[in-house]
Amino acid sequence: MPTLTVDGVEVTVDPGTTVLQACEEAGAEIPRFCYHERLSIAGNCRMCLVEMEKAPKLIASCAMPAGDGMVIHTNSQKVKEGREGAMEFLLINHPLDCPICDQGGECDLQDQSLYYGSGTSRYQELKRAVAEKNMGPLIKTTMTRCIHCTRCVRFATEVAGVDDLGAINRGENMEITTYLEQALDSELSGNIIDLCPVGALTSKPYAFTARPWELSKTESIDALDAVGANVRIDSRGQEVMRIMPRLNEDVNEEWLSDRSRFSYDGLKAQRLDTPYVRKDGKLQPVGWAEAFDAITAKLNGLDGAKIGAIAGDLACSESQKALKDLMDLLGSPNIDCRQDGAALDTAIRASYLFNTTIAGIEEADALLIIGSNLRHEASLINARIRKRWKMGNFPIALIGEQADLTYPYEYLGAGPATLAEVADGKHSFAETLKKAERPMIIIGQGALARNDGAAVLAAAKKLADAFGLVSDDWNGFNVLHTAAARVAGLDLGLVPGEGGKSVTGMLDGSLDVLFLLGADEIDTSRLGNSFVVYQGSHGDAGASAADVILPGAAYTEKDAIWVNMEGRAQLGRRAIFPPGEAREDWTILRALSERLGKTLPYNTLAELREKMIEAVPHFAEIDVVMPAPWGDFGAAGKLDDAAFANPISDYYLTNPISRASRIMAECSATYSKTKTEGTGTNG
Amino acid sequence: MLKDQDRIFTNLYGQQDWKLKGAQARGVWDNTKDLIALGQDAIIDRMKESGLRGRGGAGFPTGLKWSFMPKESDGRPSYLVVNADESEPGTCKDREIMRFDPHRLLEGCLVAGFAMRAIAAYIYIRGEFVQEAINLEIAIKEAYDAGMIGKNASGSGYDFDIYLHRGAGAYICGEETALIESLEGNKGQPRLKPPFPANVGVWGCPSTVNNVESIAVAPEILRRGEGWFSGLGRPNNTGTKLFCISGHVNKPCNVEEEMGIPLKELIEKHAGGVRGGWDNLLAIIPGGSSVPLLPKSICDDVLMDFDSLREVQSGLGTAAVIVMDKSTDVIRAIERLSHFYKHESCGQCTPCREGTGWMWRVMQRLVSGEAEVEEIDMLINVSKRIEGHTICALGDAAAWPIQGLVRHFRPVIEERIKSRKANKAA
Repeated sequence: MPTLTVDGVEVTVDPGTTVLQACEEAGAEIPRFCYHERLSIAGNCRMCLVEMEKAPKLIASCAMPAGDGMVIHTNSQKVKEGREGAMEFLLINHPLDCPICDQGGECDLQDQSLYYGSGTSRYQELKRAVAEKNMGPLIKTTMTRCIHCTRCVRFATEVAGVDDLGAINRGENMEITTYLEQALDSELSGNIIDLCPVGALTSKPYAFTARPWELSKTESIDALDAVGANVRIDSRGQEVMRIMPRLNEDVNEEWLSDRSRFSYDGLKAQRLDTPYVRKDGKLQPVGWAEAFDAITAKLNGLDGAKIGAIAGDLACSESQKALKDLMDLLGSPNIDCRQDGAALDTAIRASYLFNTTIAGIEEADALLIIGSNLRHEASLINARIRKRWKMGNFPIALIGEQADLTYPYEYLGAGPATLAEVADGKHSFAETLKKAERPMIIIGQGALARNDGAAVLAAAKKLADAFGLVSDDWNGFNVLHTAAARVAGLDLGLVPGEGGKSVTGMLDGSLDVLFLLGADEIDTSRLGNSFVVYQGSHGDAGASAADVILPGAAYTEKDAIWVNMEGRAQLGRRAIFPPGEAREDWTILRALSERLGKTLPYNTLAELREKMIEAVPHFAEIDVVMPAPWGDFGAAGKLDDAAFANPISDYYLTNPISRASRIMAECSATYSKTKTEGTGTNG
Repeated sequence: MLKDQDRIFTNLYGQQDWKLKGAQARGVWDNTKDLIALGQDAIIDRMKESGLRGRGGAGFPTGLKWSFMPKESDGRPSYLVVNADESEPGTCKDREIMRFDPHRLLEGCLVAGFAMRAIAAYIYIRGEFVQEAINLEIAIKEAYDAGMIGKNASGSGYDFDIYLHRGAGAYICGEETALIESLEGNKGQPRLKPPFPANVGVWGCPSTVNNVESIAVAPEILRRGEGWFSGLGRPNNTGTKLFCISGHVNKPCNVEEEMGIPLKELIEKHAGGVRGGWDNLLAIIPGGSSVPLLPKSICDDVLMDFDSLREVQSGLGTAAVIVMDKSTDVIRAIERLSHFYKHESCGQCTPCREGTGWMWRVMQRLVSGEAEVEEIDMLINVSKRIEGHTICALGDAAAWPIQGLVRHFRPVIEERIKSRKANKAA
């Protein structure tokens, strides 16, 4: 443990710590541009120079390992001059166009020049101008402002795992660009906007729409995938202006995937802002009372068995609880939250959780992926796996559809047969799993949402037991979810009751009334003559098939508990109000229940949450992962021959909000479309 | 003056056969096996004793550098990397070695590589050196065919390979860590130190990067004895050295001379004197473009070695002597060097990337006199903010020529500014 003196303060740090980190530990602030905790050290901005006794020159503190007995000065005249010099050099070719720069107000260069710069300029020559680069629909570039810190390049290569970004030319002509100016093809690309310390890389959709000091910042949870990334929703008035990641080491570190970051314009489009009732075959806007009347008329005296409910991917825990309670009161066992028909059961909680936890991936020493393209289904978990892979000694294998996952893996096979082979120990990868001390498997919805899903789950369970994936202090069995609502739905028991119908059963037109709580990923053509009530925020597939529409709130517009795939309950907070007549979802169900004469037993959110916690105690433990006990699950059965197919065909269009987003549509057109052969005449 | 029998590079002018036969006739590959039989530690000790200092410019003791290499492998192989990216303006000594005496370099690779327990040598040759690369390739093939290198190299029982790698023409790739980056296939940009190459070098393995001349003289030092080498020159500045004399002299040339030879003697004896006589001399850059120039008053009696030139705030560098007579516009000359450094800066770290361009632009104005006298001080201040603040030494190399110019020729600069002002007024 090296002990060093920083500005007269003695500090002992862990071996491998840099001088910069040691200085911070001693309470000395070190300015920096290129240094970033999660990226490799570049040492190129020269802003972090400090004086080390006995060294002839100032040293770059970010790159110097802390050594025993070092005496560091961070505030000497020499250091001040060094910083002022670096600052001056950074600014001579910087355009100083802060008034028209989107980074203004949250710019490292601005802030640090205030504290460490000289205040005047001695540079009289012409400034350098750099041509703009095309980095796709998300990243706006003003490369003249670039200070060449290479954070973006390092992020792309190291974290995102794409080699698209790099520097060309040298000296003052050095430019950061994508290869041949192609769009940066990564679902984590938006993070380089946060990393850029200046206004060179800014958000294209957010460009010139707001200044940071005008925004109200609401700390919330992302609901567009099942990772539960911690986000900050920046809003102005009743408009979400942008969504940024928030630090949570256990979940998203400080990254956010592009769909979660840039779908926010979808919150303003295709909104259901008033109730509708279908009259003469056409949906007509009506008042709440009339909509409830229409539902009451249908439900009056109807047998519970003729009523069904499906909860969708974006439904919050509270609304799912209210829906479940309402269905119970109506005497219906037909309820299901597994919109995709995944063969998951609620009996054993460990059977549907990502038990290893996201941070736990870093401790694993072998990984088998079954039926999942993690890059699309959970980009941030994929980044964690890549991080683990970069540490070395991490064999990865895949059964299912092959894709570029940004790390190499051994491809074992396409379908259940290979899984059974590995589980039986007949495959070479079985040896790797056996040798591993903390092996893990990740089983995606592509392997579970199929007719033989239960058998696949049983095979995976068998594999887990056979190779010691589960022990007292390790659980390597992981189900990968794609929907933010799913784990809470399963926790709350939104699965068919005694004799109840599952999603498939409900979709055969046999029900008289079907209640869709934001369920848009179902085959609406199979609804038949069922009277469909759709409650949700967006006019998507479910709404267009509905007979009555009840306008609900999007995830940014309600206080809600979200349970991510690890089983971690997290608090989402309301940033803005729902538009028009739309209401928070649980209140709609509460109001409807009263109209139906089956009043739900809660009048406030607090009372509802009390009931939720009563039913599922871990909802009270916010931001905690409760280890789930192992048990018996899955149903042995015949495995199909069909290969596993990944559930997501277009990463950018997986949910009603993203589908309503113009930005996501543009991304989809840029990245997802299979390129068609062009001829000389098509432009 | 160096006696003929003390010369190492006996085919410096290419008058003899450069191939294996000719080289052997000159004593190259003579009892190489015995040299290796000395053992690794003995070779390094003898190199230390000889006092050889690196010939690439920095003058770091070669034997000491070799001794930094790990004695026991931790599983990683060690490599010798030969820096043949000779790009320092005014310097053309390594080129002559590779062109006319390539086997001397190859033998040096084997001996040095063996001493540092390297399994192979990579010769990183400047891209523009086409003929030199061809000659080296031929020489390497000859050496392999004759069993000098490869398996059981020269019958020593030691296996040693030599590879030639051609650069793509960037000055910065002569910086040892940028060279390593380039060798690995990356953009040629210097690495941060620590870790030093002897610990983490090529492909993450222990490596030593040496200049061509340092490696080429090693076998001869061992053959003739370290005492012979250290007996030449002055203490701490021993041995012979290739000098490259260019510019306003009557007969520009490369010449091998004893370290510490007076600059005046070097030029008068070997280069036919300064054009128009010694009194027509304006200034000399004694060690390649990176070192500060010296006015005639210092040139009169300065000795050509590391320490003497350091005392007069310049340096021996690569021993490329650039002579400028009184017809030279010395401001323009240094401005041209400034442009070179601006052009060759890799762009990685801030002071050099931004500062070299700034200095060059101010220098341009100083050439025409379109400046204020105060800007001279500002220029020096800017150069001081570059010097010592960068990842590699290119920042220093860009700053020094300008500092040298202002140190010795400030009145000339001021005069030009004033006369331009006067002309404008009139």
